[in-house]
Amino acid sequence: MTATPPQPPEPSSEAPAEVPGVSRRRLLGVSGTAAVAGVVAGAGGLWAAERASGSTTSDAGALAAPSGAAALDAAIDFNGEHQAGIVTPAQDRLHFVALDVVTKDRAELVALLKTWTRAAERMTAGAEAAPGGLVGGGPFAAPEDTGEAYGLPASGLTVTIGFGPSLFDGRFGLADRRPAALADLPAFPGDQLEAARSGGDLCIQACANDPQVAVHAVRNLVRLGFGTVSARWSQLGFGRTSSTSTSQATPRNMFGFKDGTANVKAEDTEALAQHVWVASDDDASAGWMTGGSYLVARRIRMHIEVWDRTSLQEQEDVIGRDKKEGAPLGGAKEFDALDFARKAPDGQPAIPMNAHVRLAHESNLKGVRLLRRGYNFTDGTDGVGHLDAGLFFVAFMRDPRRQFVPMQQALAEKDGLNEYIEHNGSAVFACPPGTQPGQFWGQQLFA
Amino acid sequence: MSRPARPTRRAAAPLALVALAALGLSACTDKADASANASGGAGGPITVQADDTTCALSATTAKAGTVTFDITNAGTKVNEFYVYAAGDRIVSEVENITPGLKRQLKVEITEPGTFQTACKPGMVGDGIRGDFTVTGTAVAGSADQKVAKAISDYRAFVATESDKLLAGTQEFVAAVKAGDVAKAKQLYPTARLPWETIEPVAESFGDLDPRIDGREGDNPTFSGYHRLEKDLWVSGLQKDSGQVADTLLADVKQIVTKSKGVTPTALTIANGAKALLDEVATGKITGEEERYSHTDLWDFRGNLQGSQSALETLRPVVTERDAALQKALDSRFAELNQLLESHRVDGRFVSYTTLTDADLKALTVSLDALSEEVSKVPAVVETK
Repeated sequence: MTATPPQPPEPSSEAPAEVPGVSRRRLLGVSGTAAVAGVVAGAGGLWAAERASGSTTSDAGALAAPSGAAALDAAIDFNGEHQAGIVTPAQDRLHFVALDVVTKDRAELVALLKTWTRAAERMTAGAEAAPGGLVGGGPFAAPEDTGEAYGLPASGLTVTIGFGPSLFDGRFGLADRRPAALADLPAFPGDQLEAARSGGDLCIQACANDPQVAVHAVRNLVRLGFGTVSARWSQLGFGRTSSTSTSQATPRNMFGFKDGTANVKAEDTEALAQHVWVASDDDASAGWMTGGSYLVARRIRMHIEVWDRTSLQEQEDVIGRDKKEGAPLGGAKEFDALDFARKAPDGQPAIPMNAHVRLAHESNLKGVRLLRRGYNFTDGTDGVGHLDAGLFFVAFMRDPRRQFVPMQQALAEKDGLNEYIEHNGSAVFACPPGTQPGQFWGQQLFA
Repeated sequence: MSRPARPTRRAAAPLALVALAALGLSACTDKADASANASGGAGGPITVQADDTTCALSATTAKAGTVTFDITNAGTKVNEFYVYAAGDRIVSEVENITPGLKRQLKVEITEPGTFQTACKPGMVGDGIRGDFTVTGTAVAGSADQKVAKAISDYRAFVATESDKLLAGTQEFVAAVKAGDVAKAKQLYPTARLPWETIEPVAESFGDLDPRIDGREGDNPTFSGYHRLEKDLWVSGLQKDSGQVADTLLADVKQIVTKSKGVTPTALTIANGAKALLDEVATGKITGEEERYSHTDLWDFRGNLQGSQSALETLRPVVTERDAALQKALDSRFAELNQLLESHRVDGRFVSYTTLTDADLKALTVSLDALSEEVSKVPAVVETK
């Protein structure tokens, strides 16, 4: 990347989306215009298939971002060809929950999906989960909306649903509708997966620029589901670990390295079609997924304390980039081309053979790319005095068997980073296409 | 509940006889009440022409009774239509009127007064409001007699359970005083069972509840059932165990007399039914209540049965006003009862300590599902 486009006001973590006097409801008036069209979503970089530099093109027209605070407050359209929350510009906060379906009644599940769709549509517009949810039920009713987001702007909330492989086990007559691509992930070397952080019949990903808004969305949907579904595990995330557009500075992960230097870009419709969206002829028996995408989630615990005692040179060798600039080793600038043939003065490869960027690069993975949308997490301490922190990896793709699985296999076998990380949660979900007004999530599946 | 002095609104509201308010406003959605006369009190459906900026009603007055609105969305945004009573309380609403769609809303308004209507293009905000006047005379609610019967039924239930509590406690106390530890341990959970069924009533009497059911550390003086529980299961009978048993019996006698004098309202019955399930969620399913004997599942059973019996008295009222809710209650109670009963061996509940994490999760899932439904009952039986 040679030309850096003009920078819009940087959304700073010190400046949350507070606009005095702009209420959640009034904000809606600007929702249509403030939704940032064409800015990129996705996480990347570390844990990522690095993209050859120089091939990134920027579309200047797509970078006409609105001013910071208004953009962070704005509502994002719920309905569309694809679900929001995939190529939507990555918001700063995440609340992700995986759920088990506890009912045996298909009709009850379908009814919940309808209820959820309406509630999610309302909440993304900045409204209460149900009409008059705050106090409209009167003094003797438990309020239908839990209330903690009342008065807050829509905050760019997106709510995205996915269906796990276990949903297709026959309980709901869906066994013959399971897409082949929705295969259980194989065991990878080094995995330390915990059942209580893995799997699930359903998932809900709520992203917003205000954590309270994201948590509110999940809390209210889970509540609506009592008796039909039960939360299996959940994850809060902060600090998007993705370069969401060429107009934004690349964020850093918990290891202090830039993350998401390259990613599938939302304005690159060709790349999205090739790597992210399921096409109509992908799977004849699962046409309901056309326009959808597969979500892989991995909870990657980072051994922060060990990393922090590691020399800078070792850190940079493990990643394959320099820490300050994010340039590939042997290069000078963040977006310089990765030169895997280049030798260091000592005759060794400038980018070590087991460096993360080398193994994750698409040139080593037959062109495989993903749309990453991960988040940093810190879940307190682990009881022996260490931070329980890391990266909650979320990626969207057209077929996990061809994309995530070979990439993770390569990384799990050789990545120098493995010394410092541990995968302890894992799940895969099929995210159906978007809805039109009046439709419900997964309508095509249950039709 | 046995924690000390946790003031609750429930406890603060005396369980006195409250004159039953006439059924005020009873909401019914467009889906319910298919039998209602569509022409209603106003002499015909009121048309509502809505678009993104306007909300035009063909009439802004109607006579008390069932009022029908025919709403057409001629705009470009998804719309909603609301009827509000004073205080912005929603009387009824219809959601998700997509552009071009026509929907009908039937509202039962039993008392004359000033209301508001609102269209909400885009689903958010206060909407486009207008005053709406309901004239005529109040239409008597049909549920007064049903509510009165519910109260009398609940009083009878409390009296029966109180008698069982007294009888069971007498037997238990006698075993303790006789030094028959095995028998006392056998009797302990069943003697307490009726207590757990009427807990919302019993705990409304000042310090009697903590004296009878307080846990260690809750009170300066540790007495009552749980002191004896500790003696029986952990420390062995103490010199003063007999005395503690005598005091327990005297306190229980007082509770029994007082409980029989209580006259609840439909609202307190419904809130009590919910409170019993909250007890299960915070005390029984966690194994906190019976920390020495681990007989928590008996208390669970008592709370659950108490909740179900309370709501059984309200069944005619709930069925009349929200038949779908009654159906959901029946199904959720059946599920949880079945699950709980699966933890009996030879007629007796297993020790809490033998439950696996999966058992506890299954019970919690079922309890959450039930509790959400039960939490809807108070507003259904008390609409003022």
